[in-house]
Amino acid sequence: MRYHPLSETDRRDMLATIGVANVEALYADAPASTVLEEPLDLPRHKSEVEVERILSRLSARNMSAGRVPFFLGAGAYKHHVPASVDHLIQRSEFLTSYTPYQPEISQGTLQYLFEFQTQVALLTGMDVANASMYDGSTATAEAVLMAHRLTRRRKALLSGGLHPHYAEVVRTVSRLAEDDVVRMPPDILGAEDLIGKIDDSLSCVVVQTPDFFGNLRGLAAIGEACRKHGALLIAVFTEAVSLGLLASPGAMGADIVVGEGQSIGNALNFGGPYVGLFATRHDYVRQMPGRLAGESVDADGRRSYVLTLSTREQHIRRDKATSNICTNSGLCALAFTIHMTLLGEAGLRKLAKLNHANAVALAGMLEKLPKVDVLNKSFFNEFTVRVNGDAASLVEKMAAKGVLAGVPVSRLLPNAGLDDLLLVASTEINTHEDRAAFVAALEETL
Amino acid sequence: MLDRPAHIGETPDTFTGNRALDQEEPLLFEIGRPDATGVDLEDAPDVAPRLGGLERKEAIGLPGLTEPETMRHYVRLSRKNYSIDAGLYPLGSCTMKHNPRLNEKMARLEGFADIHPLQPQSTAQGALELLETLAHWLMTLTGMRAVALSPKAGAHGELCGMMAIKSAIVAKGEGATRNVVLIPQSAHGTNPATAALLGFSVRVVPAAEDGTVRAQAVREALGPDVAAIMLTNPNTCGLFEREIVEIAEAVHDAGAYFYCDGANFNAIAGVARPGDFGVDAMHINLHKTFSTPHGGGGPGAGPVVLSERLAPFAPIPFLRREGEKIELVEHASGTQSFGRMTAFHGQMGMFVRALAYMLAHGGDGVTQASKDAVLSANYVRASLRDVMTQPFGDRPCMHEVLFDDAWLKGTGVTTLDFAKAMIDEGYHPMTMYFPLVAHGAMLIEPTESESKASLDLFVATLRSLAKSAKDGDAQRFAQAPRYAPRRRVDETLAARKPVLRWRAA
Repeated sequence: MRYHPLSETDRRDMLATIGVANVEALYADAPASTVLEEPLDLPRHKSEVEVERILSRLSARNMSAGRVPFFLGAGAYKHHVPASVDHLIQRSEFLTSYTPYQPEISQGTLQYLFEFQTQVALLTGMDVANASMYDGSTATAEAVLMAHRLTRRRKALLSGGLHPHYAEVVRTVSRLAEDDVVRMPPDILGAEDLIGKIDDSLSCVVVQTPDFFGNLRGLAAIGEACRKHGALLIAVFTEAVSLGLLASPGAMGADIVVGEGQSIGNALNFGGPYVGLFATRHDYVRQMPGRLAGESVDADGRRSYVLTLSTREQHIRRDKATSNICTNSGLCALAFTIHMTLLGEAGLRKLAKLNHANAVALAGMLEKLPKVDVLNKSFFNEFTVRVNGDAASLVEKMAAKGVLAGVPVSRLLPNAGLDDLLLVASTEINTHEDRAAFVAALEETL
Repeated sequence: MLDRPAHIGETPDTFTGNRALDQEEPLLFEIGRPDATGVDLEDAPDVAPRLGGLERKEAIGLPGLTEPETMRHYVRLSRKNYSIDAGLYPLGSCTMKHNPRLNEKMARLEGFADIHPLQPQSTAQGALELLETLAHWLMTLTGMRAVALSPKAGAHGELCGMMAIKSAIVAKGEGATRNVVLIPQSAHGTNPATAALLGFSVRVVPAAEDGTVRAQAVREALGPDVAAIMLTNPNTCGLFEREIVEIAEAVHDAGAYFYCDGANFNAIAGVARPGDFGVDAMHINLHKTFSTPHGGGGPGAGPVVLSERLAPFAPIPFLRREGEKIELVEHASGTQSFGRMTAFHGQMGMFVRALAYMLAHGGDGVTQASKDAVLSANYVRASLRDVMTQPFGDRPCMHEVLFDDAWLKGTGVTTLDFAKAMIDEGYHPMTMYFPLVAHGAMLIEPTESESKASLDLFVATLRSLAKSAKDGDAQRFAQAPRYAPRRRVDETLAARKPVLRWRAA
């Protein structure tokens, strides 16, 4: 047990100082009926090499993205992360520190959070951003709750192009909080009529762009309709790289912008940990959930950073708090901000263009196949194809050929009659050879 | 003579504002350039864009740094942080223990880090087996029936547990009548916030004079309108709730549920099982009990264990094994599941780290860790009890020991001053002013990963500071910290005139 520094002699000496005979005496307050008499049926401790062996074997049973031509998206994207990002986030002072409650010895964390907030605000075209949320889906649910607080209404309208998991998270929280949610039917072509559904009962309208099916959505008209009826427009994205190439949600009139930041700096990780991005207008900042780093000065007048506006939070307002959240995704936000710093505006634009160009190239190749239809008019790095048959079994068969082909829509929307739809994403990691392998495997399988 | 950069301010006695290894670092917006980049991407092939006319037209305004500049920027920033790798971090209720690097290495194995949550389940069976193994450990250690892995942090776990409780109540047709949650005075602030989020109103249960909750007080607060109690055990005063079994019985007799805040599970893991207390739901902060690093505030992970009667309401996704094959059930239809809490499957990266820790410790090591954590806290208590005061008398504590500020009366030194003076001595301060039931609380949690020598030095330091305070050296405390990268930061100014982002001058 190499992580325990106390020796038996230490333990004896410490017990003597305390004045008890054994450590069991320290558990005297626990009812006798609840203290275990026998050790639990769990394996004994293992050496470092044994732990590595066990976990490496489990790891080897998974088909990793870097090993095969890989085209999955649907809210989680494989991008190249520069080596320096992972090196820097593993520095002890970042990795093994806690929430920066003591600003005098936490300026490193506080300054990068301040920088992160600025980057997110710029990218989304909003005034302010928080220090991150758990992920894009929970950020979306929190945005809806925030809209309820701001408008004093409790009904949300969700676009049919919103990621189905995100919609389910909103619905779960809303149902148990006894709020209303109207969820539009799946909107494959990005053609739904949201504006006709907006009325004075709504607190917010939630629209994703690029949407779940890959369509790019203009938000200006929806934003105008929202304003007319006193509702807020919540814009969602699941692919942060798209913001490098597309008009910002803020410029299109969004009141709250939330999304997933995994694409920048963070690995796929089988779904988490990810990093939720959350930005809004200046007027709404006191209703924004989550942590905030702010600028101040120290006793010597030097510029300093500190967690601020915490009067909104649970540790002060308790049952009146803006949310129950008391953490952020600090380290994932750090990875995001380092990667974004390395990219800069020039790099981000280039990365976004490369993503789009690779996706356009793939779509072009797929459009030539007789049994495949690309459904989107517009897209960024992901689009929907209709295949001749069941997309889920197609993906299984292609996996057996060593190609991870995409996400069947039915995986997220079962029983919706969409079994022949496949979401295909292409990023900067995909080569021409990958695309050729994809098309060959697809033709063979169809 | 150098011109001092504007962000440095008045004080320092060097031209640059630097103090040897402690170097000032401007914001990246002040040193970055729009055309600078630290990546070398291939050129995009020429294609006709298919962006539907929604291209961005204006500049974003994002500066970049080259790779060498990026390294230096973040390395310099990192050196302004305290961390558990640098020293004792006795934050009560936050649990800062050693973070083994083996955990990091394992989490970065490509079969865990580089797999997509929606790739065919047949291509991720190793990952699903990892989830199953972690679930087995958590259920065994807690003596509970089921576990929901997807909650992304402790407070998210609380929400999950309370959602399961609300769903069970609604299923019984009592949704309209049971709308109150009992919460002790000493509870974490997340507990009342969670209850409120789900539309419950909060009824506060007072703590007894010994810092624990009495079954009698709970009985008096119970009624047909009560849905649940949210109780932390061991509690936030570092004490084991002696009447926990009677409390659970009273709550169950009244038709309500027992939510246990598992923030302090690291005191009892392998020693006692919450299932045996009568708990219906409890979240487990993996970073506290199983040492996943907290990264300056996150990410965490908050799996929730559930009793037999709440198990059917667990959120999706959950695991189902058929022979050799493990299936991840991702849809609620046909089940009583209350639904989905987050996209995908939770904090996989944290699960790998936690399981690596569990395997390295074994069942025997987890038990030893709990006992050593309790031993260390009591050792600190015994070593300081003659100079500092405890609000609830001198009695065994669990993994953290609570002092108050009664012993500072008349010295002109506050808990905050005392904490800031600890910084000058090279320590991260303990948790202050929490729990609220103690006046000027100082909650110290040394954990099991400190050596006796480390504890002895810590104790000696606190004794020296205590003596200094009592001897009337209030100046030392009022001026602290003197040697940190920053002196005391003006929190009032930050809140009154919020500056939450950089803007071009």
